[in-house]
Amino acid sequence: MFISLAIALPFIIAALIPLIYKHIRQWHLGWFVLAVPVALFMFFIRFIQPVATGKVFTSTYAWIPSFNINFVTYLDGLSLIFVLLITGVGSLVTLYSIFYLSEKESLHHFYCYLLLFMGAMLGVVLSDNLMVLYAFWELTSVSSFLLIAFWHHRKASRAGARKAMVITVLGGISMLAGFLMLAQMADSFSVREIAAMTLTNEALFIPAMLCILLGAFTKSAQFPFHIWLPDAMEAPTPVSAYLHSATMVKAGIYLVARLSPVFGGSAVWFWVITVIGLITLFWGSFNAVRQTDLKALLAYSTVSQLGLIMSLFGVGSMAYYFGYADEHLIYTQATFAALFHLINHSTFKGALFMMVGIVDHEVGTRDIRRLGGLMAMMPVTFTIAMAGSLSMAGLPPFNGFLSKEMFFSAMLTIKNVDVFALSSIGILLPVIAWVASVFTFIYSVILVTKTFFGKFKPERLDKRPHEAPFGMLISPLILSLSMLLIFFFPNVLAQYILSPAMRSMYHEAPIEKIVPHITPWHFNTELMMTVGVILIGLLLYKYLPKWRRVYQIFTRERSFNALYDASIQKAEQWSDHVTMRYMTGNLTHYFMYIYVCFVTLVSGYFIIAGTFSYDATINAPIANYEWIMVFVIIFAAFYILFAKQRMTAVLLNSVIGYVIAFLFVVFRAPDLALTQLVVESITTVLFLVCFRYLPDLQAGKKRSKRARKWHGLIAIATGATVTMIGLAVLNYDKFAPISSYFDDALNLAGGANIVNTILGDFRAFDTMLEVVVLFIAGLGVYTLTKLKPKKGAAKDENQ
Amino acid sequence: METVMLVVVGILVMVATYLILSRQVLKVILGTAILSHAAHVLILTLGGLKKGNVPLIDDSDGPYTDALPQALILTAIVISFAVTAFVLVLAFRTYRMNGTDDFEALRGNIDD
Repeated sequence: MFISLAIALPFIIAALIPLIYKHIRQWHLGWFVLAVPVALFMFFIRFIQPVATGKVFTSTYAWIPSFNINFVTYLDGLSLIFVLLITGVGSLVTLYSIFYLSEKESLHHFYCYLLLFMGAMLGVVLSDNLMVLYAFWELTSVSSFLLIAFWHHRKASRAGARKAMVITVLGGISMLAGFLMLAQMADSFSVREIAAMTLTNEALFIPAMLCILLGAFTKSAQFPFHIWLPDAMEAPTPVSAYLHSATMVKAGIYLVARLSPVFGGSAVWFWVITVIGLITLFWGSFNAVRQTDLKALLAYSTVSQLGLIMSLFGVGSMAYYFGYADEHLIYTQATFAALFHLINHSTFKGALFMMVGIVDHEVGTRDIRRLGGLMAMMPVTFTIAMAGSLSMAGLPPFNGFLSKEMFFSAMLTIKNVDVFALSSIGILLPVIAWVASVFTFIYSVILVTKTFFGKFKPERLDKRPHEAPFGMLISPLILSLSMLLIFFFPNVLAQYILSPAMRSMYHEAPIEKIVPHITPWHFNTELMMTVGVILIGLLLYKYLPKWRRVYQIFTRERSFNALYDASIQKAEQWSDHVTMRYMTGNLTHYFMYIYVCFVTLVSGYFIIAGTFSYDATINAPIANYEWIMVFVIIFAAFYILFAKQRMTAVLLNSVIGYVIAFLFVVFRAPDLALTQLVVESITTVLFLVCFRYLPDLQAGKKRSKRARKWHGLIAIATGATVTMIGLAVLNYDKFAPISSYFDDALNLAGGANIVNTILGDFRAFDTMLEVVVLFIAGLGVYTLTKLKPKKGAAKDENQ
Repeated sequence: METVMLVVVGILVMVATYLILSRQVLKVILGTAILSHAAHVLILTLGGLKKGNVPLIDDSDGPYTDALPQALILTAIVISFAVTAFVLVLAFRTYRMNGTDDFEALRGNIDD
């Protein structure tokens, strides 16, 4: 119950912001918003203790029960990690944003979107129902779009926002298809229930898995969908730190972790996740080295780290294949490392983004070609950068070192396995991991040295750099401190945060065995690999200008960005082309679509369903004078088609109207006859008055012969269809008529004329609205005849 | 009688459709007028023709002919009158502003 409220809180506050922001002008709006993540963080901290003892918390709120879609929240160890990251990093980012964004920005928009995101993200990680999860998932995409485009006057912001939106929503739709297949197989929308089933032999197992993975990969910026993340760096830096490194991009990882019990143990799942993860890891780190913009460097670094975590979950899925015998427990260590690195990445990447934001804010640029020698001017910022970079590169004494070592040992273990055809190419996995780590080391070095060491270049800077205000430094300092604390006390984190998450991923495993004891100081092969990374990394960094030429092979024309641009351009052209084909602006064409659809749908249905029936026995007899009237109508109708004079056409229309009035008399409808006579007379007069001003029928251009043929065909088909409907309905007797009710009009309404009582009493409200319609039409007529266009209006119309 | 009237309705609809598809505003308006005639006759016919007496309780005894379609048509006649009047004046105004009543010319093109 309270958990649902916790999800709702950010949404409620987001809705309130437009109302209150005017009244708290003397305060930065961020102070008010800060209360939300802090309160939520405090709230969720209380769950650590019970969740660590194995408890889970659920609540259900019926949403669309008939479709089995309910708002079910489910808080277990895995959710708790993400919830704490969302609210914890959310608090720090909000605090940081107060100093980063000046009050001149449209803060109410910014914080509204930010809260929207926070609520949506909490929804993603706390929902048990697949459909609800999907809804929140897309909401995170939308809020990310809004936040990237926050400075919407910049073209790059808009383009980046669109790219992120297109790619993540594309994956989202595929994920929806995957969810539906999954629900089809399991006959349930509940993740918990699905996780407890065995679906491996279902036909849809692999398609559902691949569809869902596409969603997870686009969201978590895995190769080759990573291209949106660097462009998303157009967002304000607090957003980059929050959405695009610490939380939203980990939604895909969350999904993979959450669904591992369902899909884990299959070869496809293992290979796709591990290989895509490793490619992403390498490609991200390789490209980060060539960046000159600090934020772009961090973006590629995030891509690479996400790939690392992803590949660890791939390796960890081996545990589902082998079971939990003592000799196989080693595979669960990969999952443990993934969860551990997930937290570590949020701490050091969050701190680094904030550091870059500070540099950008105080120096005025993020371009490493203009930066340098800032160490003396910004000592605190430099300390943060040092801590973050060392942790990112995987060096002690920071938390990144620990999880990086565990990553190495996972990759070393998996190379010896001989299932899933691993024995032949297994050795590649640790090699790729090691090479990627070398590049990670290089870009970490670049990040620090190019910004803080080297020559200070004041002539290239717009501002005189100085240390940031204290408020801005609080958040990254807290994160840096936590990096140190995790390094020295990793087992506290393991016991209270990581082991419950492990429990929710491996339900059947003995929990005390799958949570390792982390030793900060150790000596083994992994440490040797790290030493190798440092030595080779330093060497490569020294000779960077010599081998930089490698990057010239990968030009923009050959990148996935070019592919994306081309497909967007082609799609726009194509859609333009198709739309222009049928949206001609010609009324006749639109009428034709309507008629053709009407004819094909209705007569098509009659033919397919075979429902047409006709019975002539109930027909009333026809008198001779009635035949005459019928033929007059038919003659007049046909003659209109050939009328040369507008006067003839109008009068023929009146003839039809008057004869119908007489038919009303014959058909026992005196009121209709009277009304029809009056209306027909007025209409005729109106036509004649207007004709004074309108051109003659012959003045306009005739349709072409071909058009006439087609229009004639459509006209005949439409007429025939209407007659057919009428004939089929004539004998319809499934429901008894309700008209006999009105025969008692004298008692019910006190009127002898039944038609009048229906209009004036039984259906009086309808009649009143009909009068309103008449009144509006009258107003329209009056306006059109009386009002003169303003001067210049005619010119406007021609523009 | 019903069958014959339904054929008449079909012919009216056909003529109306052909007029509505033409290029001249005026013919389109005439087409809509004829289309509403057709609709009125259709509704009345489907309620059954000459199945009872005039629905005036004072003047005749039951069974009365179905009064509900008549009430519907009465509403429809008035509304179609309002629409015809409005569209006529609109056409008049369009012609005065643009100097043409040809849809092909009225649609303009994107470059304008």
